[in-house]
Amino acid sequence: MIYLELFLGFLKVGCFTFGGGYGAIPLIRDVVLSYGWLSEEMLTYMIAVGESTPGPIMVNLATYIGSSQAGILGAVIATLAVVFPSFVIILLITALLKTAIKNKYVQAVLRGLKPCVTGIVLATGLYMVFTNLFGSVSVFNTDIKALLIGAVLVLSMILFKLIAKKKLSPIMLIVLSAAAGIIVYGC
Amino acid sequence: MKLLLDLFLTFAKIGMFTFGGGYAMISVIENNCVERKKWITHDEMMDMTVVAESTPGPIAINCSTFTGYRIAGFPGALASTVGMVIPSFIIIFVISMFLDNFLELTVVANAFRGIKIAVGILILDAAINMIIKMKKKLLPMLIMILSGIAMLLINIFSWNFSSVSLMLIAAAVSLVIFLLSGGAKKKGGAEE
Repeated sequence: MIYLELFLGFLKVGCFTFGGGYGAIPLIRDVVLSYGWLSEEMLTYMIAVGESTPGPIMVNLATYIGSSQAGILGAVIATLAVVFPSFVIILLITALLKTAIKNKYVQAVLRGLKPCVTGIVLATGLYMVFTNLFGSVSVFNTDIKALLIGAVLVLSMILFKLIAKKKLSPIMLIVLSAAAGIIVYGC
Repeated sequence: MKLLLDLFLTFAKIGMFTFGGGYAMISVIENNCVERKKWITHDEMMDMTVVAESTPGPIAINCSTFTGYRIAGFPGALASTVGMVIPSFIIIFVISMFLDNFLELTVVANAFRGIKIAVGILILDAAINMIIKMKKKLLPMLIMILSGIAMLLINIFSWNFSSVSLMLIAAAVSLVIFLLSGGAKKKGGAEE
């Protein structure tokens, strides 16, 4: 039952992603790959599309995956599921439990959750960068072109930070990487 | 009713013109809801940011639900949240109908080979920001390192172990340590 799977999968995403934005991607990746909804390749494309279109990335991904798996109804179900936990939790906190966040047990749980999320995001980032540049861990196959693009991107981020005194926005980095991809791999 | 429409349209506008989600949303919401509309105060906005960070889900949804509820109760929360989601939903739904054909073009496929590298770097960058913000104490550092190693192994060997289980274990460990260390008996509560 694809509708139920979409609902449960994205409910999990909505319940367990902290911090939003790119920090949410490792969990989405985990859920999406384990249900076999998208390939790793296709997911990366969608992350780029989600970044280049407005709105929260989690909502963008939920809508796309829902739509690709089960049409408009799938899109509606996945989007509702990803939004639902936030909506309910925030309502409960603002309406009834104004001090719930400060509760010592809740704080103890959060003190465990947050560093764990950080570790997961770090590991996923390292793994993705490594496989992009060197192929898989078992079949070591360095991609010189990819290495070149990676070096250009990191250098641009550092230079921008030094010169403009602020961070290069993710969308600018994606535009830059697309241009680099076309230049290096041809059109 | 006019207020609900105003909430809906304001958040639809924020949803339509903010790229990237996450923390990028917060400054736009502050600009609209605190400075222009004066729906909430700057202090409330700060409180909300803390709550949004400590609760799961997209930050934009957390903020729109909070603001909507403050201004107009449950209907307000609903109007704001729906407003926030609608633009994304429509845009992505339309894209999803012809993305596959679009990806068959060689130039697009090559552009995405570059983008793939950028996405990895962006996730790593998000992790670095999270580490900077983290409390530099023994327990959180240890949990972070162990979870990171576990996640790397899960990825490398394609183990069938979800990151959600990893998070639940970390939460349980932290709670048990808190109870064993006698934290429950201390007065006050939050350490911050």
